[in-house]
Amino acid sequence: MNEDYILQMKGINKSFGGVSVLHDVSFEMRAGEVRALAGENGAGKSTLMKILGGIYDCDSGEVLIGGERLSTGSVQDSSSHGVSIIHQEIVLVQDMTVGENIFLGREFKTKSGFVDFRRIYKESREILGRIGLGQLKPDTIVRELSLSQQQMVEIAKALSTNSRILVMDEPTSSLTDREVEFLFEQIRALSKKGVSIIYISHKMDEINQIADSVTIMRDGRHILTRPIQEISYEEIIQNMVGHKIEDYYPDYKVKPGKEVLKVEHMTTEKVEDISFTLREGEILGFTGLMGAGRTEMVNGLFGLDPVLSGEIYLDGIKSTIHSPGEAIKRKISLVPEDRKEKGLFLQNTIAFNMTITVMEEFIKGISVDYKKEQQILNEYIHQLDIKMADTEQLAVELSGGNQQKVVISKWLASAPRILILDEPTRGVDVGAKSDIYHLICKIAEKGVAVILISSELPEVMNMSSRIGVMCEGRLVKFFEPDKEEVTQEQIMHYATGGYEHETYRQ
Amino acid sequence: MKLTDNSSIIKSLQKFLKRNFMILAALFLIVLALSVFTDTFLTTDNLLSVMRQISVDAVLAFGMGMVLIIGCIDLSVGSVLALSGCVCVSMIEAGIPTEAAVMITLAFGACCGALNGLLATFTTIPSFIITLATQQCFRGASYLMTNGKSIMCYDEKFSAIGTGYAGPIPILGIVILVCLIFTCTLLNKTRFGRGMYAIGGNRDAAVYAGIKVKKITTCVYIFTGIMSAMAGIMLSSRVYSASPGSGAGYECNAIAAAVLGGVSFNGGIGTAGGVMIGVMIIGFMNNGLNMLHVTSYWQIIVKGLLILLAVYLDTLRNNRRLHIKKRG
Repeated sequence: MNEDYILQMKGINKSFGGVSVLHDVSFEMRAGEVRALAGENGAGKSTLMKILGGIYDCDSGEVLIGGERLSTGSVQDSSSHGVSIIHQEIVLVQDMTVGENIFLGREFKTKSGFVDFRRIYKESREILGRIGLGQLKPDTIVRELSLSQQQMVEIAKALSTNSRILVMDEPTSSLTDREVEFLFEQIRALSKKGVSIIYISHKMDEINQIADSVTIMRDGRHILTRPIQEISYEEIIQNMVGHKIEDYYPDYKVKPGKEVLKVEHMTTEKVEDISFTLREGEILGFTGLMGAGRTEMVNGLFGLDPVLSGEIYLDGIKSTIHSPGEAIKRKISLVPEDRKEKGLFLQNTIAFNMTITVMEEFIKGISVDYKKEQQILNEYIHQLDIKMADTEQLAVELSGGNQQKVVISKWLASAPRILILDEPTRGVDVGAKSDIYHLICKIAEKGVAVILISSELPEVMNMSSRIGVMCEGRLVKFFEPDKEEVTQEQIMHYATGGYEHETYRQ
Repeated sequence: MKLTDNSSIIKSLQKFLKRNFMILAALFLIVLALSVFTDTFLTTDNLLSVMRQISVDAVLAFGMGMVLIIGCIDLSVGSVLALSGCVCVSMIEAGIPTEAAVMITLAFGACCGALNGLLATFTTIPSFIITLATQQCFRGASYLMTNGKSIMCYDEKFSAIGTGYAGPIPILGIVILVCLIFTCTLLNKTRFGRGMYAIGGNRDAAVYAGIKVKKITTCVYIFTGIMSAMAGIMLSSRVYSASPGSGAGYECNAIAAAVLGGVSFNGGIGTAGGVMIGVMIIGFMNNGLNMLHVTSYWQIIVKGLLILLAVYLDTLRNNRRLHIKKRG
């Protein structure tokens, strides 16, 4: 029975400074199995994987690989037993070649003691060929590769150590749909060869597609492990969150009011001939593949990219917007795609972050009206239910969901009439996602016109009254889920450029 | 109304104490040690003389602190100091009234700063490289202008800046105070100041928040230029001459004081008060070691160790914070 399992982790306990992070966790898997590991942030997934990888030692419990007991807390011992971890962020040296990266730190030497590049490239070619990347030359500079190719190089690097257990921590967060499909093919091929894969992800449809079984963790405990066929999407979420989420998506029906925005034939350097209208209280969804120009389109509206031709009408009046400052004055707000890169001042306080767009309301010359500032803060903290110690806490200390709420509140404070949300739930826990959906509807109910950009199709399909599909810088199709039946396949058909074939046939 | 004002002052004072606890404690220990080991340290005369000694460094450090807060750097402050000193003294020697010469020199400093600022905003060259280049240019210009010789200046009005007193307080001390209040007010009480922290903390996010990044960056360099010119005037007035080689390496002193005072080298973090404390720690240290008859060579080594220690303690604090976050 024991020989069945390639990996057994038994009764793992771990605490940091008195705080218990893992509590009596057991985890087993067979050779060739693809196991999804699900759980909210802070559930203990990465701590468990770090113990497996030898980065942390455990307080008690044991790890067996192929029946052999691992001396925990040693990266060398873990990797010599065939454990490789591919981290969420790509950690390749960008200016080195593929081959140099694969054997980084383990370079072969010639007899005279210099680096044996011939052997490095020969072996790299072999490994790349093994995972179906034969066409990739090992002497290519990593910087020149696409993200998915880089991800594959990471996998090649992991495999070059003859790994038997491969841990992937959210490997698809920066990949396009096509690249994800390619990655999945590789995972299936690896599992056929007997490599066991632990796949950490927040995305339910991915878990459904790729995993044989799923393990759910919550609050440092193992909750359940089950074959993927025997568990439903709702059950997974329910077990991750710990309680039933009612109305995961809010039921939003507001009759759109008068037209606030009309875009006609807008062209920037990145997008072409964009036309649409937006009404008060409406939630207008935009979707498309990565790089389809969704973000670039709203950058044009927000004054970040210059508009080369076409018109923008606000409340029926022709307007030009040259800078984000002007956009904010005209009551347009943009919650940008990447909250850590473009939305938050991580080292500053929550108060600083929340009021940075409305400073003129309480700072006049050199007098700061702290009372007014506090008023603004209280209003939005209450409205958004942000969990924090106090407003002097630094933004970096909040969880992803709460950080996103801070970013949203920063933009709500500027009392927008048009609110643009670019991927508002990326990297946010399931529970907090639902909170954000309800919040968006609450905002729209007050008459704010909302533009929601998302690559998660269920999200746009459930939230918006109309869905614009973008492909290669153009707006190719509008769907109206309220009036017609819309399927994911239909949307993907247009997002992948399928419409071109259609017109061709006609 | 009055009450809320008071409580907000107390609150910000508490915040200041909490934030700068480490360096305040260090400053206190240094003062305590020097008062015990020497009998001349804690005298009014000595303290006033320290104040005059640190004045040039202090003014440069405020300017440097500001550019560091917006995530940039200015390596040209020492050269601007020398060039401004030469410009000012030459004008006075040429018969231009002292007041006018000083004002023109400050404007000249603003121009030097504006040059740095415009290059930093309208090119993609890193500010380190830009100001490294202008450092050379300004230095060369001051040698060119003076033929490499010092210019003496015994104008009474001019030397009063560096040697005069207003009541018991040296005029140089008053200049420090003015710069401190200016920097402090700018950083804490204005939209401009919040914009500075935003730019240094996350430039992209600042752009999205509608902050005028280019304008603020250029203005900060202008302020730094003016302060460097001010420092140049102060130095040449104190030593009755302007030398084209003066101020070399002062940018490092200014960076040291700012970083010691809690300004982040990555931008977005720092206070005017902290910079002042940083300057005082270095100043007291040098003064104390002098009194204890330690050679100035050792003083330089001690300064180096102080910087390492201060920044190390700072990273410890930050790491702990990030660690808690990761687990939470």
